[in-house]
Amino acid sequence: MQFFDLIRASSRPDAVAAGAVSSTAQQGASVRFLAGGTTLVDLMKLGVERPDRVVDINRLGLDDIRKEANGDLFIGATARNSDLAQHPLVRDSYSALSQAIMAGASTQLRNAATTAGNLLQRTRCMYFRDLASPCNKRVPGSGCPAIGGTNRMLAILGTSEACVATHPSDMAVAMMVYDAVVHVQGASGDRQIPLMDFYVLPQERPDIENVLGPGDLVTHVILPAPPQGERSIYLKLRDRASYEFALVSAAVAVTLANGAIASARFALGGVGTRPWRIHEAERALVGQAPGEKAFRDAAEICLAGARPQSQNGFKVELAKRCIVHAFKQITH
Amino acid sequence: MTNTGKNTAAAKDPDDRRLNITLKVNGRECAVSVDPRMTLLDCLREVLHLTGTKKGCDHGQCGACTIHIGGRRVNSCLALAAAHDGDEIVTIEGLGTPGNLHPMQQAFLENDAYQCGYCTSGQIMSAVALLREPCGASDADVREFMSGNICRCGAYPNIVKAIQQARRALGGL
Repeated sequence: MQFFDLIRASSRPDAVAAGAVSSTAQQGASVRFLAGGTTLVDLMKLGVERPDRVVDINRLGLDDIRKEANGDLFIGATARNSDLAQHPLVRDSYSALSQAIMAGASTQLRNAATTAGNLLQRTRCMYFRDLASPCNKRVPGSGCPAIGGTNRMLAILGTSEACVATHPSDMAVAMMVYDAVVHVQGASGDRQIPLMDFYVLPQERPDIENVLGPGDLVTHVILPAPPQGERSIYLKLRDRASYEFALVSAAVAVTLANGAIASARFALGGVGTRPWRIHEAERALVGQAPGEKAFRDAAEICLAGARPQSQNGFKVELAKRCIVHAFKQITH
Repeated sequence: MTNTGKNTAAAKDPDDRRLNITLKVNGRECAVSVDPRMTLLDCLREVLHLTGTKKGCDHGQCGACTIHIGGRRVNSCLALAAAHDGDEIVTIEGLGTPGNLHPMQQAFLENDAYQCGYCTSGQIMSAVALLREPCGASDADVREFMSGNICRCGAYPNIVKAIQQARRALGGL
């Protein structure tokens, strides 16, 4: 591992100032914030991440989980994934989020991993993690061996000629369904970024993964109160039953009224370069009777732009069936 | 490892960059001076000579390095030692002694829950933590909660048996 200075931020402005020294908050950042370390330390060992300075943000009091007076759920940036998944407010009102977190990683990792770290975790594309391989996400312009190479686990939505890496998070998929808003403290003030606008598609610059700039410190995430009576589920399909990334996953939330779908929200994991949510597919469900045809039609809209790679064509149909099955399970 | 030259910090003497921290390991205060790059795993093994905690994959995938920090199990290979100044740590050496085994250690012995033994301390540290976690009663629940600990010898059936026996003995089932 390359040398770095480890400093403990004494306040949020202190952390922001330390981070602002870097020329980027994306790949190649010279300053990194350390929370759980489950992604960062791993990538530093591989040499994928080589910061000069690591800023420990674990003792800034950013770990609260609480209900706000207006009914919103406040989730601190360094709240541990285990605590979030097991929190009574999450289990009761945001069950797809609880299920998504529990379906990811292992207990040891969930005990360390944090809200912001999970949102910012990096792809598991093997070429990204291997310094001997070209990778446009790690070294822009060097090429993408995954296109035409080992791409069974990689994305079919949101890809570009430069990158087909999958966003690996389960948690972010559920948060997107719940209309999460990411709150950021930055060098030029505070910002609120809807999670739908937080991730950027790879296009020609897959090294740029989100809208964060130097010094931007995620402080917390807000989930608005879900509609009364909403039911939700997270369905994750994978090669083994536990401790494995998704081939396809779906977070699905629905309310019913008078035998018809009154509201529907859903997003996919394991298939996109970011968590994948298409509002048009949700609107197609409203007013429909819950059933195979309505669910399948929505799935078709959601997957309309799918562009499979050489080894992952199966994901297109698997994703559609995942959506249909998840909706069936909560509307039966 | 080569340096790119871009990183000016890399040119400094690494000895100047050590950090003095105190870890509370198995009830004992340990003052240590660590390189910022040192993981808790390496600190326990190479500085404090507590070699019961094992290095398997060194990437948070196998669970051999599982320890408890503040009563919760984590992979010590992904924890930077210097970020844990003042933290309470328990390793396999802190669970029991040869003459006074923790009930989970005893259950692993009685159920032959290992073969080569390399993963065993991590398995036991996870199993002991599991006693305090919201793990359901079934064998399938135990397998799910133990999925972060890999055993290449394949001792899984007896590991589940040992954990269920210890849970019954401790009134957890």
